Order: sequence, then structure tokens, then C-alpha cells
Amino acid sequence: MLGKTAGGLYWLFRYMERSENLARLISAGQRIALTRSSTAPDEWESIVATAGVREAYLEKYDAFEGPSVIDFILRDKDNLSSVMSVIEAARNNARTVRTALTREVWEAVNECWMLLKDALARRVSDRDLPQVLAMIRQRSAFVRGALHGTMVRNDSYDFARIGTFIERADSTARILDVKYYVLLPSAHHVGTSIDNVHWETILRSVSADGSFRYLHGAEARPRLIADFLILDRRLPRSLAFCYSKIGDNLSYLESDYGMRLPCHDLSDEVCERFRNATIDMVFEKGLHEFLQRFIQDNNRLGQQIEADYRFTG
Amino acid sequence: MSERVFFDEMRGTTDTVRPPYADYNDWFDAEDPKRLRRKAAEAENLFRLTGITFNVYAEAEAQERLIPFDIVPRVLSGREWARLSAGIEQRVRAVNAFLYDIYHRQEILRAGRIPIEMIAKNDAFLPEMIGVMPPGQVYTHIVGTDLVRTGPDDFYVLEDNARTPSGVSYMLENRETMLQMFPELFIKNRVRPVNNYPKLLRRSLSACAPEVAGEQPVVAVLTPGIHNSAYYEHSFLADQMGVELVEGHDLKVVDGRVAMRTTRGYQAIDVLYRRVDDDYLDPLTFRPDSLLGVPGIMDVYRAGGITIANAPGTGIADDKAIYSYMPDIVEFYTGEKAILKNVPTWRCSEKDALAYVLDNLADLVVKEVHGSGGYGMLVGPAASKKEIAAFREKLMAKPDNYIAQPTLSLSTVPIFTKAGLAPRHVDLRPFALVSPQRIDLTPGGLTRVALKEGSLVVNSSQGGGTKDTWVLEG
Repeated sequence: MLGKTAGGLYWLFRYMERSENLARLISAGQRIALTRSSTAPDEWESIVATAGVREAYLEKYDAFEGPSVIDFILRDKDNLSSVMSVIEAARNNARTVRTALTREVWEAVNECWMLLKDALARRVSDRDLPQVLAMIRQRSAFVRGALHGTMVRNDSYDFARIGTFIERADSTARILDVKYYVLLPSAHHVGTSIDNVHWETILRSVSADGSFRYLHGAEARPRLIADFLILDRRLPRSLAFCYSKIGDNLSYLESDYGMRLPCHDLSDEVCERFRNATIDMVFEKGLHEFLQRFIQDNNRLGQQIEADYRFTG
Repeated sequence: MSERVFFDEMRGTTDTVRPPYADYNDWFDAEDPKRLRRKAAEAENLFRLTGITFNVYAEAEAQERLIPFDIVPRVLSGREWARLSAGIEQRVRAVNAFLYDIYHRQEILRAGRIPIEMIAKNDAFLPEMIGVMPPGQVYTHIVGTDLVRTGPDDFYVLEDNARTPSGVSYMLENRETMLQMFPELFIKNRVRPVNNYPKLLRRSLSACAPEVAGEQPVVAVLTPGIHNSAYYEHSFLADQMGVELVEGHDLKVVDGRVAMRTTRGYQAIDVLYRRVDDDYLDPLTFRPDSLLGVPGIMDVYRAGGITIANAPGTGIADDKAIYSYMPDIVEFYTGEKAILKNVPTWRCSEKDALAYVLDNLADLVVKEVHGSGGYGMLVGPAASKKEIAAFREKLMAKPDNYIAQPTLSLSTVPIFTKAGLAPRHVDLRPFALVSPQRIDLTPGGLTRVALKEGSLVVNSSQGGGTKDTWVLEG
């Protein structure tokens, strides 16, 4: 397989994953804005920070207000990480690697682009926002479904999956890191309703509020939430889950190619860390430090994979 | 113009349905136009979803557009096709012999059949190709011959596209679309299939592999990238052949071979089906600013390390100035009279011809020698007095740059419009595959149709559409 093709698949699925993560973030933010308006500006600010576009946003706007944040994250062309920008990039990658995709996967990506281009051609009104956000998530799910249902389990599939999980791990880690302080045990905040707002957003941002209640009851304690999102392998958006998948797909590539490369060591190291960690250890060493280190390692692994498999010349 | 009578391929000139269209006509008469309109819209959605789009360079924001597809097929009888295919094969054979000769001993020039300055002063002639022997002595691996028709038995060759002819993906997708939308038509009519073209293409390219190639030659398609107007076709053909689709930055010369960067290291390519123009192929040999090609590929080529399809320098064979010599070329190399007619052509570089052309601009089609895509041409009968006057200036300033031809009474085939069937002018581009042992022609080809009433310009960049082209068995 061409190095470029591997890179195209990896980025196609990173971008598809990013689009749905952004939609979830906005849903969570909008819900807070609608239910507890007093804390909304803080919430929009942390959403912009989680999306990693704080600087770009502040170049354009002075305040963190719902309509401008939503517009910036959904459809601003100057924001290279807006939903429209990443869907455009995803489709360009899909065109580049068209020969490595099944017709179903290609059509799912292309249709996603056609529909969103239309839906995001203008500012999205409050009235239409829920449907548009649902559409973004559903279209990403269609693409993933087509991948699962039709693609041969070879290196193409591995690169697609690795891209998905590197992106997802990054996103979950950022969601946690931007709000790490609310998860810290502090006499000041514990048990107040403002706390609930935050943990609710965190769980909603990874579509895990329902499963959390099911597994842990309605009483959310910060430590449990952190444990759930970092170490619980049952949750498909937890860091540990993402890394067990990345580890699997990298080891398939290793045995398929008969080549062990630096990225394999790097990924094993991170996986090992998750296997041995408990949430108490994480808090002891510092949640913020743990997440910062993870985000860096995750980035490094992405770059190492890119180099090891010759994505670019 | 209105008094001219055009031959309609469905209804002739006397409004009686010609035999190849008989079954289709019965079917059409029994159809509900509302259902057909729905089908036509369905076809458009299908094309969009598949991404069969092209970019228009001239438009500010490179918009993706669809080439309009018309649901009425163009039908040729088996007998009509037999004659056409014999003529195309003969012509393709002659073109290859001409290219070999012109880059080696130049017998045709020595024999005085073509004036030497037609070659020497021609930009399409590549001195870099002199003395170079392409593997299998094949120059034009893929040819798309443009034909027009003026009567039941009158076919003319308009252009011999010997560089990188495009459009074959439309031939294939149009058929797929028709099969999906109107399966019943293919039960009634025995239409010769076209779907094995990609398989034949791969086989034909493999048969032209250089000697260094292994048992299973490695074939790849070279594209300028996703912003090229024909990108869909490039990816489609690579996909259908099961080969890699590469860009210049995927390739480099490694150990005397052209190799592609894979996830496991560099892998040598034996046959490169390039959809990049000669000028951009090798920045070391041609345009130094080109990022689309591979530095050093021409050295590898000359050393026999790779097959480039089509070979560099084939443009000299489809040059519009050389075109007028094609009947001589066919005769010179095959010893036979050309089966297919050439359109009479005035070379404006010649004084008498220029005088005639200037006197008759309103009746002629004048084309740039090196132009393509229907740009920069004058269609006299359709042009205003002002346009003709402006063109006259251009022509007089640079007569060498132009040829002129009579406006042919191009045949029409009906298209489906809101008001029912309506005749529109068409041309035909069949695709020939050349390998050392054989020439394969896919029955039919791409029919392009001028959608505007009375228009003679079928180019997709100028509002042309396409049709499925049927060759009937028997």
C-alpha cells in the first residue's frame, strides 16, 4: 500500500471522528446554556479550549457567546478544525484514497459532505441546531458502519482504526483536562450544583451519561468519572479502551508486515501504563499532569506512525 | 443554418425509425414521461453520490460539476460498428508506425509525403524521443478517436487523440447507470458489453511491460491529483484495474527504477499509465517547475527501466496540422486506402488556403492547431459578424496557428427533454487499446452530445452531455 494511502485513511478517520466529537461538545454546551444560563459563558469558553481553537477564536471574537462559538466551531472556514473544515478535509482524503475504500465507505463520506455542505451553508438557527448536530453524529456513524460492514481487515482497515482512536483519545483527554479542576477533591465545590453541571457536561461530551448511571448509579463522584473515562475499558471513548484498540491494530500491522517499528514500542509503553494504573495513582501524581503527559504521548505516537509507515515523502 | 438537413440516427432524414432503434422506440412510446423524468433525476443523484464530477478551470471558485447524462441511448448496429472498428484499427496501426518512423529513420519525410518543416517546427515533436524505443514498440497504448457522422454510411475522423484521451470512465459509468435504471431494455436489446475494458486495459498495459519486469508487471496510474478535472476517471481506472493511483510526490528514482513509496518501503513500477502531460512528466527533462512528475523518469525510460503509457511525444500524431496528412500517413504505412474519411482541412500556413479561409470564414470552423477542449475556435455559421471580424484579426496575425474545416452536417440523436424527444448533435469517441500483439476496441465508446438546440460543440467544458452508446449484436 502507498504511504500516502495509509496517511489518507488515517486522516480521513481522524477527521470523521473529530466532526462527531465537536458535535457532542456543542450539544453539551447548548444544553447548559438552555438550562443554567448563568454559567454558560464559562462553559462556552471551555468548549472552545477543548476543541483546541482558543487562539483562533480570540482573533475573531472578544467574548465567549453561544452563537459565535457555535458558528465558529460548526462552520467557520478560518477555523481549520471546524466541522465543515474537517468534513471537507475528510472528503479530500477520501478522494485521494478512493481506490482503498469500498464503494459504501466512499458514498457514506461523500453523502456526509454533500448534506453538511448544504446544512452548514448558512448560520444554523437555534431551532435547527439539534437536527444539524444529530446529522453530524449520524453521518459519522454511517461512515464507521460502512467501514465495519464492508472493508477487508487488512492494513487499510488498521490505519483507519488507528486514526479513529488517536483522535478519540485526544478528544477525551482534552475534555477531561479542560475541566480537571472540577474533578479534584475540593471542599469548596463538592456536592454543590455547579459541580453537577460540569460532570454532566463531561459525560455528555462523550455520550456516556447513560452508561455511567447504569454502572454507577445516579450519584456521580469525580473520582468515579475520571476512572470511567480514563481507565474503564468497557467505555469505548475511554483512554484505556482507545489504547487497547491502537495496540491491537498496530500489532496486526506488525505481524502482517513482519516489521516491528519504533511506534510499536511507543504504543506498548502507553498501554502498559494503563494496565498498571489505578485512579488513586493518577490522582496522587496529579490528574492534570497525567493528562498533559498523555496528550503529548498520544501526539508523539501519531507522528511516529506517520514516519514509520511513510505517510509523506 | 436552418435550411440544412441533418441525418438523425433514430429517424434518418425521412422520419421513419431506423432498424437499430426499433425496439427502443417501441419501449419509449409505451413509457410514462413522468416516470422517465423521475429516472433522469435519479441518474443525476447517482452520479453525484458516486462523485463523477469534474472541475471547471475557468470558474473562479473551482466548482464541482456534473457532466449531464441523457437517458436516451445512442444505438449502432453490428454492421455499422464492424466498419467503424476496422477503420479505427487501421488508423491506430498507422499512427503507431508513423510515431516509430518519425522518431527513428523518418522515411515518410524522406519520401516527401510530409514536408519536413511540419515536424521540425512543431512543438509537439519531442527531440528527446529520437532514437528511443518504447517497450514492445508501442507508442499509443490508449487511443480515443473522435468520429462524427453525416449520413448512414458517412463517418469522419475529427481527431486522433493519441496523448492521454479521457472519457472512458463515462462510457463505463453511463452503461452501469442504464443497467440499473432500465434493466428491461437490456433484456429486449442484445447490447455488446463494455464492462471488461478495465481488465483489458490492465492486460494490454502489462503486455507492454519492459524486459526488467517480473511475471506480473507492476502497473500504476499517475494522476496530477484530486484537483485535476479528470481525477474521478484516474481513480476509477486505478480502482477497476486493482492498481495503485500515484502522484509525483509518491515516486522517485531508486536504483535505476521508478519506485513508489509504500508503507513497507519503495517498490519499483514497471508500467506507468500516466495522465499527466509530457511537459510535466520530468522536471529534469521538460518543465523544471513541474511538481507533478518524477525527476529522472526520462533517464529510466530511455534505459528501458519503465514503460510510459502513452509514450512521450505522441502528440505529434494528433497534432491538428499533421491531421490533414492522415490519409497519406495511413496509406504510407499500411499500403491501403484509409477506410475512415478525414474532414477536408485547409492549413492556414499555406498562402492559397489562407486566402480561401479568409474569404469563407462565415461557413468554416477554424481551430487552433494546438488547442483542445473546444476553446479558441470559431464556428463560422454560429458566430456573429463581430465575432468573425475579431477572429479574422487573430487569424491574420498568426496564420500558422490555425486550420480550417467545413462545417459538417453532424448527425443528431434524440435527447430526452421536457417536451419529449428532441434531436441534438453528437460525436463519438471509441477507445482502442494497443499492445504488441493486438489492438482491442471496446464496442461503442463515449457519445458526447451538444445539449443546446442547434449547437455543434459537444465538449463537456462547453455545456455538452453524454449518452450511453450501444452496439447491437449481429
